[in-house]
Amino acid sequence: MNEAGHAGGITRRHFLATGATLYGTLWASSGALLTLAPSRTWALELAHLDARSGRALLALTRHVYPHATLDDAVYALVVKALDEAAAEADTRALLSAGVAALDQGADGDWLAREPAAQLGDVHAIAGTPFFEKVRSTAVVALYNNALAFAHFGYEGPAFEFGGYLERGFDDLTWLPDPPAAASPAKA
Amino acid sequence: MRTFAHDDDSAVVIVGSGAGGGTLANELAQKGIGVVLLEAGKQQSTASFVNDEWGSFEQLAWRDPRTSSGSFRLARDFPDLPAWVCKSVGGTTTHWAGASLRFRAHEFKARTTYGALDGANLLDWPLTLEELAPYYDRAEDKMGVTRTHGIPGLPGNNNFKVFYNGAKKLGYKDCHTGHMAINSRPRAGRAACRQLGFCFAGCKMGAKWSTLYTEIPAGIATGKLELRAECHVSRIEHDARGQVTGVVYFDAAGREQRQRARIVCVAGNSLESPRLLLLSASSKYPDGLANSSGKVGRNYMRHTSGSVFARFDEPVHFYRGTTMAGVITDESRHDPTRGFAAGYELETISTGLPFAAAFLDPGAWGPELTAMIDGYANLAGLWVVGEDMPQATNRITLDDTVTDHFGLPVAHVHFDDHPNDVAMREHGYRQGRALYEAVGARQVMLTPPFPSSHNLGTCRMSEKPADGVVNRFGQAHDIPNLFVSDGSQFTTGGAENPTLTIVALAIRQAEHIAAQMTARAI
Repeated sequence: MNEAGHAGGITRRHFLATGATLYGTLWASSGALLTLAPSRTWALELAHLDARSGRALLALTRHVYPHATLDDAVYALVVKALDEAAAEADTRALLSAGVAALDQGADGDWLAREPAAQLGDVHAIAGTPFFEKVRSTAVVALYNNALAFAHFGYEGPAFEFGGYLERGFDDLTWLPDPPAAASPAKA
Repeated sequence: MRTFAHDDDSAVVIVGSGAGGGTLANELAQKGIGVVLLEAGKQQSTASFVNDEWGSFEQLAWRDPRTSSGSFRLARDFPDLPAWVCKSVGGTTTHWAGASLRFRAHEFKARTTYGALDGANLLDWPLTLEELAPYYDRAEDKMGVTRTHGIPGLPGNNNFKVFYNGAKKLGYKDCHTGHMAINSRPRAGRAACRQLGFCFAGCKMGAKWSTLYTEIPAGIATGKLELRAECHVSRIEHDARGQVTGVVYFDAAGREQRQRARIVCVAGNSLESPRLLLLSASSKYPDGLANSSGKVGRNYMRHTSGSVFARFDEPVHFYRGTTMAGVITDESRHDPTRGFAAGYELETISTGLPFAAAFLDPGAWGPELTAMIDGYANLAGLWVVGEDMPQATNRITLDDTVTDHFGLPVAHVHFDDHPNDVAMREHGYRQGRALYEAVGARQVMLTPPFPSSHNLGTCRMSEKPADGVVNRFGQAHDIPNLFVSDGSQFTTGGAENPTLTIVALAIRQAEHIAAQMTARAI
């Protein structure tokens, strides 16, 4: 972690929820993301969920799809998608009740539990409509965005650049090249 | 573009513009026969295709509701999406990966070769490889299939390099970059492949053959073919003699229209084609058109499939370049000593990050899945595609409760794996795992079947009318001026990706239709 990270006192579990906005600061280790982001800080305005629910859903998503080095800023995109889905009253009720149930099982504050205990709670709710709503939203929202592409090393569309023909489609060198009869030279 | 009046009963009306319908339309038009080609989907182009997995899915896929049941895992993973086919001009030729392998001779004689398997409703095709060979040849030329007609193979990408090295470690003999309907050199007015990836999303180079920008415009240029997009056929009509007379459809504005026809050819893929025949039930044909055998919708096949993804220590970047970059054909033989009848092909496959997350292990969560995704740049992948057993109870029916936005009952898909299918898939998984472990895989994931893009057999071809729906030309046994022109007519599935065979059959069917019209037989 670099100086800026320390100076701000930001750690991976430390982001603020103020009113209906989630705030965070990109981790100093998120190199690929830092080059994409206009600023080190990020904020997510919530239209339908309260900030506490947003924080709980983010923490829940980190257990469902755990990537130790993936920044909260990317997980926040799942909260954004869930917030948009919560425009529908049934979905809002499902998500609010799901978070409330987690809190209820944790002396009123699920976010205060140790991560291992939280994970146990996640296993206990796996397969419920609440869990499935979060999981099925997350499996799209977490991975279908430019920040995730950069983090996981997926270069995405190449048409604008003339494809991968001159950009590494056959640059693997840790195995022998197949003979020309099996894999002819490019035109 | 030539147009036909709704009450003009001189034309051949084709329902569906994919590999079967699009090819048939052009072949007939080239012979001077008038054709009205009705397509339920919208018209896209190489310019409008998007290199975005979910975005392209929304643009091209058939997303009208369907329902499913049975013991196959898709009924749990994707109950509303048992098939991944397209609703777009060009049909699923916009989405296919381009693999173009001929059936093997023994696959046309499935019942004779494999014998009587419990629960399997096997039948020999009323057609041989020798008879189809000249049409395969014309299809390969038309489509520009690599390693045929002097067309060089495509260069292999990184995913192929891993695949090839693993294949050699396992002792496989026949592994190369395949017979692909993807231009390795500019040909037939189309560009060469630039290794974009996104073969499933519509080829923005137009290097991959699709009826969208080959057959259909060529047919229109003859002045004999009218394409009507966004026209969803709801019913085929017939006269008192039982001959079909035309179709009823909903146009782009949702208005009901009626197009008269001399001949109707159904090519809506193996779910929609039987659905349309069943929806067309009448007092004369209470069980649906062409269904005196009771076989319409039955013997649904979807190829025994599964994928193997492997994570390595070193980068692969398998999304770079063609999705199906190579094939191993060694397992396509019929060799019962492996514990199952028939055979399978191994073909490379890759996905972008979004589809890796969604499809590596559908519904899964937790660290085993995310470890694979953490290693996304180091993944290699292959697909097992083999012959599944036809079973009478695997079938398409009209759903009792769910209707589409026109109020028509949707297709219900019931499918149970046959024990032979399960044994073949397990063998393919074992071989795929061994292949990758032989070149240093750190983690291997066995991925269940994707929603089916190979849908076959639901209006099958048979020598005897009691055994199937259509004859050796795809002509309905019951109604001489009604044809089935897509993969529904397959008697059995073979191990190979079906498009090349669908195109070969369409070329042959066009000759038959033209001859019958000339002879005034229809």
